[in-house]
Amino acid sequence: MPYKIIGSQCTACSACEPECPNNAIREKDGTYIIKPEKCTECIGYFDDPQCVAVCPVENTCVIDTSVARYQA
Amino acid sequence: MESKDISDTARPQDSLEGVAVAVSEHKGCGASGGSGKAGCGSSMAPEDMAQGVWEKVKNHPCYSEEAHHHYARMHVAVAPACNIQCNYCNRKYDCANESRPGVVSERLTPEQAARKTLAVASAIPQMTVLGIAGPGDPLANPEKTFKTFELIAREAPDIKLCLSTNGLALPDYVDRIKDLNVDHVTITINMVDLEVGARIYPWIYYRHKRYTGREAAQILHERQMQGLEMLTERGILCKVNSVMIPGINDQHLVDVNKAVKSRGAFLHNIMPLISAPEHGTVFGLNGQRGPTAQELKALQDRCEGQMNMMRHCRQCRADAVGLLGEDRSAEFTTEKVMEMALSYDGAARRAYQATVEDQRQEKAAAKGAWLEGLRERQSDIAILVAVATKGEGRVNEHFGHAKEFQIYEAGAGGAKFVGHRRVDLYCQGGYGEEDALPTIIRALNDCTAVLVAKIGGCPRASLKEAGIEPVDSCAHEFIDAAVLAYYKGYVDRVEKGEITHALKGDAAIRQGAYVAA
Ligand code: SF4
Ligand code: SF4
Ligand code: SF4
Repeated sequence: MPYKIIGSQCTACSACEPECPNNAIREKDGTYIIKPEKCTECIGYFDDPQCVAVCPVENTCVIDTSVARYQA
Repeated sequence: MESKDISDTARPQDSLEGVAVAVSEHKGCGASGGSGKAGCGSSMAPEDMAQGVWEKVKNHPCYSEEAHHHYARMHVAVAPACNIQCNYCNRKYDCANESRPGVVSERLTPEQAARKTLAVASAIPQMTVLGIAGPGDPLANPEKTFKTFELIAREAPDIKLCLSTNGLALPDYVDRIKDLNVDHVTITINMVDLEVGARIYPWIYYRHKRYTGREAAQILHERQMQGLEMLTERGILCKVNSVMIPGINDQHLVDVNKAVKSRGAFLHNIMPLISAPEHGTVFGLNGQRGPTAQELKALQDRCEGQMNMMRHCRQCRADAVGLLGEDRSAEFTTEKVMEMALSYDGAARRAYQATVEDQRQEKAAAKGAWLEGLRERQSDIAILVAVATKGEGRVNEHFGHAKEFQIYEAGAGGAKFVGHRRVDLYCQGGYGEEDALPTIIRALNDCTAVLVAKIGGCPRASLKEAGIEPVDSCAHEFIDAAVLAYYKGYVDRVEKGEITHALKGDAAIRQGAYVAA
């Protein structure tokens, strides 16, 4: 399952954008969003999902259970 | 005065008549031994500062207490991301501690920032320093930060560049900083002890991993020290900022002072924690208080023997524009800047700055007269005197219009600038706000007198009642001269038995970032 950003909590600080190994994150209308089809949960790149590790607001980058897991 | 020639490029209130207090009042001289110290002339560095360092800082409004009356700096907010979390910071809002606006404040692209810098530099010839301090950490946004510097260096090579960082990423970028000719770097260092660090920083993000607790503090500490050493080795000026957090790092900052001095930091700026529940920070919410004015001064005094302390920092916002203590950012919003026709005239700026220099030297020469007759006084009385000023080094502000007061310590050795107090405006829209007066009195409670250009009858009576003498007889005089004249008169009256010298109490530090209204 990919990660998603809770838009109402995002400060649009941009910290997550360059850290994503898959370029899955971009700005849209003053907040940041994750493209679910690009997110791999960082598996194969890092031990922790980078967007979660860098985000200054707790529980803002969270698993999106409504979308099926990324398939390589 | 020659200032007439350049007055068309300056704002009217920027009349250069009577600029400097005296060059010997810059940091290190005025602050490290009282201004009675001889040999602290206009061209000479203070004795605890190398000449090369002094050359670099003497016109820097953040680093030279004297220069900040005359030169201006601006910050551009191009760096929203951060790589650590501080307990005094909530990144949604403007941070009152680090000089940065919150991430929701106006943010600029490097191109917009460069354009804004040129627009301001054209309109304000005394603008000599461009800094990047946020809203996050400039080095957590290296591409935006360095791109901004490159663009400005190309168009306006006379502008000094500086940046403020928490230090975590610093060792990775020192060479880039050197290549771009950035000669001032500020590192915020709040601890050298990991237990203390763990109470200030809940986490850091380093090399693709989040660290917490002691481990986070250890990495941050090592990177800060390494970064500072690397800057020193390359001859890049480094200032250290520390936030004083009572009960957490207040006593510890003496150790921080030693650690950073031994690694070559040329200036240490201890700032009071600014903390209130409505800031939404961890410290704000858990009731952590900031220091009182007396606690702050005592700590600054303890560290002073060790190195230059910076007492005039106003913790202004990272998108501030102007002389310290005023903010003209509203005149230079992105929208306005993009519409402005730009003409960057380096020669006009140099001419303006040369005039300021001449006048600073002149005033330095006049300084001796003010000290005359003080030395034989042999009085060990020392008092604090508050001054209302709008700049130019003069007592020229109305009590009711003052957004802040400068605090001078007067004694047999001379007058020395020891800090400033922000206050709520007493006079809003022409009539005195009764509610604001008690706040001002609390902020000036440790002062014996307040020197103003003018003051109304009502606040005059309340001040007297609170034991603070309002003085408007020295309107438009130079601050140093006025403070010393008051001091001499005060000592005379004490000796004649007309008044008794009493020790004053503590004063409060106003909570809230400095944003000129
Ligand atoms: S979990 Fe990793 S791959 Fe997915 S959006 Fe976050 S950083 Fe990108
Ligand atoms: S790091 Fe968090 S707050 Fe910052 S842009 Fe990404 S999701 Fe938003
Ligand atoms: S916050 Fe203001 S006074 Fe402090 S260093 Fe920055 S510009 Fe200078």
